[in-house]
Order: sequence, then structure tokens, then C-alpha cells
Amino acid sequence: MKYKSVFDIIGPVMVGPSSSHTAGAARIGLLARSLFGGQPDHVDIYLYGSFKDTYKGHGTDVALIGGLLGFDTDDDRIITAEALAKESSMQYQFIEMEEERSHPNTAVLHLVKGSEQLTVEGISIGGGKIEVVSINDYPINLSGNYPALLVFHKDTFGTIARVTTILGNNEINVSQMNVARKEKGDVALMTIELDDTIDEAVIEEVRAASGVDRVIEMKES
Amino acid sequence: MFKSIQELIDQAASENKAISDVMMEQEMAVTGRSYLDIYKDMERNLEVMESAVEEGIGGVESTTGLTGMDAVKMKKYIDSGKGLSGELTLYAIAHAVSTNEVNAAMGKICATPTAGSAGVVPGVLFAMREKHDISREEMVRFLFTSGAFGFVVANNASISGAAGGCQAEVGSASAMAAAALVEMAGGTPEMSAHGFAIALKNMLGLVCDPVAGLVEVPCVKRNAAGASNALTAADMALAGIESRIPADEVVEAMYKIGLTMPSALRETGRGGLAGTPTGERIKAELFGEQ
Repeated sequence: MKYKSVFDIIGPVMVGPSSSHTAGAARIGLLARSLFGGQPDHVDIYLYGSFKDTYKGHGTDVALIGGLLGFDTDDDRIITAEALAKESSMQYQFIEMEEERSHPNTAVLHLVKGSEQLTVEGISIGGGKIEVVSINDYPINLSGNYPALLVFHKDTFGTIARVTTILGNNEINVSQMNVARKEKGDVALMTIELDDTIDEAVIEEVRAASGVDRVIEMKES
Repeated sequence: MFKSIQELIDQAASENKAISDVMMEQEMAVTGRSYLDIYKDMERNLEVMESAVEEGIGGVESTTGLTGMDAVKMKKYIDSGKGLSGELTLYAIAHAVSTNEVNAAMGKICATPTAGSAGVVPGVLFAMREKHDISREEMVRFLFTSGAFGFVVANNASISGAAGGCQAEVGSASAMAAAALVEMAGGTPEMSAHGFAIALKNMLGLVCDPVAGLVEVPCVKRNAAGASNALTAADMALAGIESRIPADEVVEAMYKIGLTMPSALRETGRGGLAGTPTGERIKAELFGEQ
């Protein structure tokens, strides 16, 4: 079931005018910022389907920028997000895509800061609810309802066991887990949703594990 | 977790509980949060709805100028005493319009279940407060009951105009409000389900065709229609009228209609009213020729 809480239906409290195109867009921006671990210097935002056709009218653009600046759905600063982005020197550009994606409300955000890069594909499924469907082109399914660890690792035996052992030793319960890869033997992505937030020390331990390339922590939104 | 409306009303009936209680208990079980925390969050949502209703009645205008100030007209009309409909319906219209005018003006609202349809549930709820002696707690309960029905629609069909058309937004909202009205007026859970089914049936096939892609035309007025339809359906259910098609099958029908709806009529701002000469002209004036 995609919707779990009554507040997915009666809520969110938000700046209008559209829950999917404004509030959902802000949440996609906010989640991308959280995954990136801070504010990017530059973002390319690719819009698809209904997002592409109606983003100007729905304030999807300002909401995405607002989210990237760290504003939640009910934050009035979304309205002036363009000016605020300029003030905090975050550059952005919107690219309208003709191609069809699996969901009509899709945005792909490519975040850059120095040598750090991250590509997040988000969909807005209605009523302000969103899902992240891919990261750096690895298909995943992340609701943002729970804290999660995204572990990029070598696609070889033993890595998954090492990571889950670290979590187990620290008495951290995994609620949902998913492993995706692009090609055999290449880099793979482990998506681990957890019941509770995780200590920085544990994340460091995971980072240091053999076979692990990069770890991104996603806090509960 | 209840997965269908049948399961929801069975659970309420077998445990002799109101639907709002079933929703509250499920929320506690799923989130692990306390009754009081959940109740307070819902009360906060109610406060946001109340502020939006008041703000719109005071008069707001969107930046495009396409919508706004109609709630003020409705309020004056109600005060004149010349209204054709009863005052409950007139207030439901006024408050629904008011909320959606605030939404269009990028004001603060509570999505129920979406922003485009945010006027329907508060519209009828605050109309009930105008005309009946209802407590704050009953108002909060109303939101839990609406939420329970919306929860089933969102999981089994869709509440997104881009996926399912306006029937999924204003249609869902209207059906949620009808079910909650029935409970508030003392109807049984089964009667709530009939009210829900009747309201949603009347909204099937409704397309999402916003002019220039803006949540303004025809969204604001459709919220008024959703609110008055909720009252119609609730009254029918309370009179003992039953829906021949069970609520869950109506939800399924709505979902399937959404799947076959062309994308021009699913929040792309291309077909329907958006594609009329006036709709196209407004779009060109606002965003330039494309």
C-alpha cells in the first residue's frame, strides 16, 4: 500500500496551488537535497509529462527550487524561491523533456557541487506523496517515510553480508531492502530502509567496510 | 490495515465503533504514535482549513487574476437571504470556493486529499458548523472519517488528476465528505459507504482540464460542485437510499476510467476547457505564444 497514514490524505499543510505539482515537487527537491547531503551549487532539472506541460502554472519550478533550498511544503519562502536561490548562489536550469516516463509527474534532478554529483529521479503520485524511483540511474523505490541508507558497492559476493552484519551488530533493524545494479560486476546500489535513525559512527563503519564505495544517509522526511 | 471500504465498515460494525475510531486506531498502530499526538496534528490541520476559509471570505485574488473574490460575492448573497438553495448548501459553496481561491493565490491550505480539491471537505465541514451545533472534537472526527475513505481510494485507485482526472480529486473529496457527513449526522458506517458510493458515482468521468495548467479554472467552481454533491449524496444515504453498485466497485470503476482517459484530459492543460478558444487565449496571454 502506497499510502500508509491518514495524514497522506488529510494533509499536507502546504502553499498552493497543487499537492502533486507544488507540494510533491517541493518534497522531491527536499529529498534530493537530503540525499546530496546539502545544497548543490548547480542543478539541472529535467521535467517530464504533466510536470513539463504545466510547471509554470503550478509553481512546480519554484517548489522544486524551494525544496532544494531546504524549504518544506508549508514554507512561504517557496513563493520567492527563485530570488532566494540567487542570494544563496545556487544555479539551476529547467529542461523540458518530450520523452514519456512511467509516471506523468516525473522530475530528474542532477545536482552538482565541485566534483560531487548526484542524479535523483522523483515522481509525485498524488496528494503530495512522492517516491524516488532512481538514483544515478539505479532503479530504487524510496518513499522517504523512513530513514534509509544508500550504499554504493562493488557487485561482488560478501559485501551485502558485511553491511548487514554491521547493522545487526549495532542492533539496527532493517525494514526493507533492495539491491540494484546496472551491469554484472560493476557498481551496485543497496537501498536499506530502517526503523530508526542511525548514528554517524555506524555509517562510518559501513563506509569503511570492504567493497563499499559511497554511503548516503537519508533522514526521515 | 483495512484495504477496502467493505473491510473498513465491517471493522467498524463488528467492533461497534465509529469509522473515525477505526482510522485513529490504525494510525496509532502504523506510526506507533500516541492518540494525543495524532489528534493534535489533525486539529492543527483543522485550524489551517479554518484560516483558509476565513481568508477567502475576506477576499483574495490569484496573481493571474483568473480567480478570486467570488467567495465574497457568495457571502453577500447568503446575507441577502435571497439564496435558492438552503443555507447549508450555500455556505458549503462559499467555503469551498473560499478555500480554493486561497489555494490558487498560493496561500496556505491543507490538501484533502489534494490541493486542487482542498475546498470540498472544509467546505461542507465549516458549513455544518454555521448551521448546526457541532463541537471541535466532532469536526476533528469528521477529518478522520474523510481520511479513512480517502485512504482506500488512494491505495486502490488514485487521488491524482494527472493519473485519474478530476474524478480522482474533486470526485474523491466529494465522496469522502459525503461519508463523513453521514457519520456526523448519526448514520451507520454502512450508510456512510452508500453516501460515499453515491457521491463518487455522480463524479465519474470528470476530466482534469485546467486552463493554462493553472489550478484555477475550472477547479475553484468544481470544488463548489463537489461540496454540494457531497450534501446531496449524504442526504440520500441518510434517507435510507442505497447505492446499487457497492462502494469498492465504484472505486474500481473510477480507477479504470482514469486509465482509459486520454492524457490531454489528465492535468496537462491541453484538452477540455483548456483547449477551448478562450482557454487557449488565456494561456497565450499569460505565458506567451508557444
